[in-house]
Amino acid sequence: MDIQLKRGLLDACVLAAIKEEDSYGYQIIKDIKPYVEISESTLYPILRRLEKTGLLTVRTAEHSGRLRKYYHITPLGLRRIDAFKEEWNEILSIYKFVTRGDAGNE
Amino acid sequence: MNKHEFLSILRDRLSGLPKEDIERSLDYYSEIIDDHIEDGLTEEEAVKKVGSIDEIISQIFMETPLTRIVNAKVKQKRSLRAWEIILLILGSPVWLPLVISAAVIVLSIYIVLWSIIVSLYGVVISIAATAVSGIFGGFALLIAGNSASGALLMGIGLICVGAAILLLLGFNRIAKGIFLLGKKLLFGIKNCFVRKGRVK
Repeated sequence: MDIQLKRGLLDACVLAAIKEEDSYGYQIIKDIKPYVEISESTLYPILRRLEKTGLLTVRTAEHSGRLRKYYHITPLGLRRIDAFKEEWNEILSIYKFVTRGDAGNE
Repeated sequence: MNKHEFLSILRDRLSGLPKEDIERSLDYYSEIIDDHIEDGLTEEEAVKKVGSIDEIISQIFMETPLTRIVNAKVKQKRSLRAWEIILLILGSPVWLPLVISAAVIVLSIYIVLWSIIVSLYGVVISIAATAVSGIFGGFALLIAGNSASGALLMGIGLICVGAAILLLLGFNRIAKGIFLLGKKLLFGIKNCFVRKGRVK
């Protein structure tokens, strides 16, 4: 998959994973993995980037005697998800155009 | 590889990044490993699950802006390398006494300055004491009938009162000057070090 495209998809997935409630690294990976290939080492830079661009905030909380970082989506992050949905509608219509007339396509 | 080994290798490989970035990625991977273990993996398995260090490093460096890396590298040059630390330790018989003696000299200058202040006030206090005893003693002699020496003693006492007040005013100024001098001395020493640090 195109790197830029995948990057955008992963950003959206990570934001979606913390949209309902705050989550932590391991849990985010578990939630996303069924849908998109992601590893621990790919998630880390994404989280850093999203934090730096203000799409999420980080807080540290204690969990069974050690520290764990929880990621919380910001209003900016929520807007990013909306923007993603809109982009996706465009991409879908482009997809329909590209695949029109293909056999087996509904 | 256990978690500790993994993290220390990671720390080594990340050197060159800003300290904050290093700590944050170590925190992240330590947390992820702990979470894997909590989920039922052994420590070794958890470390394996996190992926190869090469991949982790390349991901982190890819996402870190070049300016940040360069910044960290430039700053890093100031910190001591291993051989410099070893040289420092080996050379300690030479420089340690020098440093200590320099410190002692500075300290003694300080003590001298302060003792000057103390002795000045000592003079004032003794003159004041003379004044009090002169006045009371003269008064006692006057009552006892020895009017001449009584008057003399009282006169001396009064002169001492005046002298004490005048000297106190003067000495206050001198003490202030000495205090400022000491301060300047300290600042001078500090400036030496700061400037040296900058040149290097």
